[in-house]
Amino acid sequence: MIDTRGTKLYIRPVKILVPLKRVADPDNANKIKISANKIDTAGLEFKPNPFDEYAVETALRLTENGANTKARLGEVVVVTFGAKDTEQTLRAALATGADRAIRVDATDDQLDGDLVARCLKGLVEKEKPDLVLLGKQQVEGDSNQVGQLLAEYLGWPQATFAGSIKSEGDKALLVGREIDGGSMFLKVTLPAVVTVDLRIVSPHAVQSMHTKAEHAYQEGVRFAALMAIMAAKKKPLVEMKVTDLAPDATLKIQYTGFEPPPARKAGVKVKTVGELVQKLRSEAKVIQ
Amino acid sequence: MKTLVIAELHEGHIRKSTLSAVSFAKQTNAPFSILVLGPGAKAAASEVAGFGAEKVLVSEDASFAQPLAERYAPTIAAVAKGGFDVIAVTASSFGKDLAPRVAAKVGAGYAPDISAVKVDGGLVFKRPMFAGNAYGWCKITTPTAVISVRQSEFSAAEPSGGNSAVEDVAAAPADGAASRVEFVRLEAAKSERPDLGEARVVVSGGRALKEKFAEVLDPLAGLLGAAIGASRAACDAGYAPPELQVGQTGRVVAPQLYVAIGISGAIQHLAGMKGSKTIVAINKDPDAPIFQVADYGLVADLFTAVPELVTELKKGA
Repeated sequence: MIDTRGTKLYIRPVKILVPLKRVADPDNANKIKISANKIDTAGLEFKPNPFDEYAVETALRLTENGANTKARLGEVVVVTFGAKDTEQTLRAALATGADRAIRVDATDDQLDGDLVARCLKGLVEKEKPDLVLLGKQQVEGDSNQVGQLLAEYLGWPQATFAGSIKSEGDKALLVGREIDGGSMFLKVTLPAVVTVDLRIVSPHAVQSMHTKAEHAYQEGVRFAALMAIMAAKKKPLVEMKVTDLAPDATLKIQYTGFEPPPARKAGVKVKTVGELVQKLRSEAKVIQ
Repeated sequence: MKTLVIAELHEGHIRKSTLSAVSFAKQTNAPFSILVLGPGAKAAASEVAGFGAEKVLVSEDASFAQPLAERYAPTIAAVAKGGFDVIAVTASSFGKDLAPRVAAKVGAGYAPDISAVKVDGGLVFKRPMFAGNAYGWCKITTPTAVISVRQSEFSAAEPSGGNSAVEDVAAAPADGAASRVEFVRLEAAKSERPDLGEARVVVSGGRALKEKFAEVLDPLAGLLGAAIGASRAACDAGYAPPELQVGQTGRVVAPQLYVAIGISGAIQHLAGMKGSKTIVAINKDPDAPIFQVADYGLVADLFTAVPELVTELKKGA
């Protein structure tokens, strides 16, 4: 048991692992070029996967007192899978407050969600975090699977699509999951895997064991100050190989081809509500 | 080949979404069974006994009281090992949470949220990527395959007669993960309206509606028997609850009629509705991207156009 800085609580600082991925700018996903054997994102800027950015923000909120976000009362380790230039995504996370980073050297075509999950299992066995926090889905593949796969490979409980998380001391989390018909609240005992949904970055969504219940965060993710961006260049970043983490790098999914979505035929503008109703009745025949 | 369809049980009844996974199983022309876990599974089995399944397998074990992946996955894996090579579930929040866990348990590849299947020397799955701006065709290389089925792309199976045998299955022993997750409570959204995934008409609102979200949309939705949806912006701003969000990462819908009101049409919203049969957009910005996918666009102030629409619809009814 370690005395967390400045507080009299004798609770263990929590260690959180956050996997990240960069993606082609999701706001311009309609500009990708599709051929039979390839999806080409050239010309689109790389951005962090939005849900992964939210996972980093969540990890920071869980390892601090909201009233003093400069002091890290736990450890946040970020990891990505990619070529050398993806280290930029890791540095950005370090600049907002993460402590350390790991890059697993690989290209997207060497990976599928299952292999990423098996590598993460290997990494968890080395790093021994209390919690793995992930975005619920990566918005290129839109698969929504790595967190759940990892949880099963580790034999850990999972709480997917989290819209709220409250620490219950250093042993458990109360997670509000966003499901089709509302919210389902689960208590998971650490170590656990949690995947986050959009609302996790709202002002009262995350409450660490250090943060007062009434504390309101600013909506969204935090931005790094220039000083922090400079300091992040000195934070530790190590490189690993897929084979360091997963003995078997066989993929379970093979893509055989790609195609564009069916085009919608151009519609018409109507001038009045009356014309709209008339067209819906007699042309589209979708209303009585 | 043999498929195991995982049903989703809700308050003692099989959710209609399950019939999309049944529809997938029928398209592959292979025999299939349906597994129903949870309280009331035996009685609910009759609801899916007329769809041509070889068997409807049920368990009402107390550990299935809540739909938790840690508790369901071991039994699904054990049943699947008894001769199934495809495990299919509909990609609702239940299916998306559960299917990968099952895949990892049986060492299977997983094809998420598929929109079509082709039988071509084995199964080839089509799935949307990049917010529906591309489709990929993929194969699973493991002996067993797990897939989740996009409800809006596989229409609910129609009853095909017959009466499948209903059989009890044993619950598999719990694993360590199950003892570390505890169901606390469900805050179910109360709504008299049809479910978003099943509605014939969806009326969706954007941020422009502000605090008048319900006031403006309710009369129109009521008149059309529609489900209400929302853009992410409207949910983020707190004008609509999160479970109403339609989009890439919210609900994906494909109703006969989708009415987008005050929605600009961000890429991630279009991903959740552009499969709709007829799309109507009402927006005061003539350059809003929603007009590029709308069959009928009306450039107007929604606060006057929507009440006028309600009045006009009442006239003809």
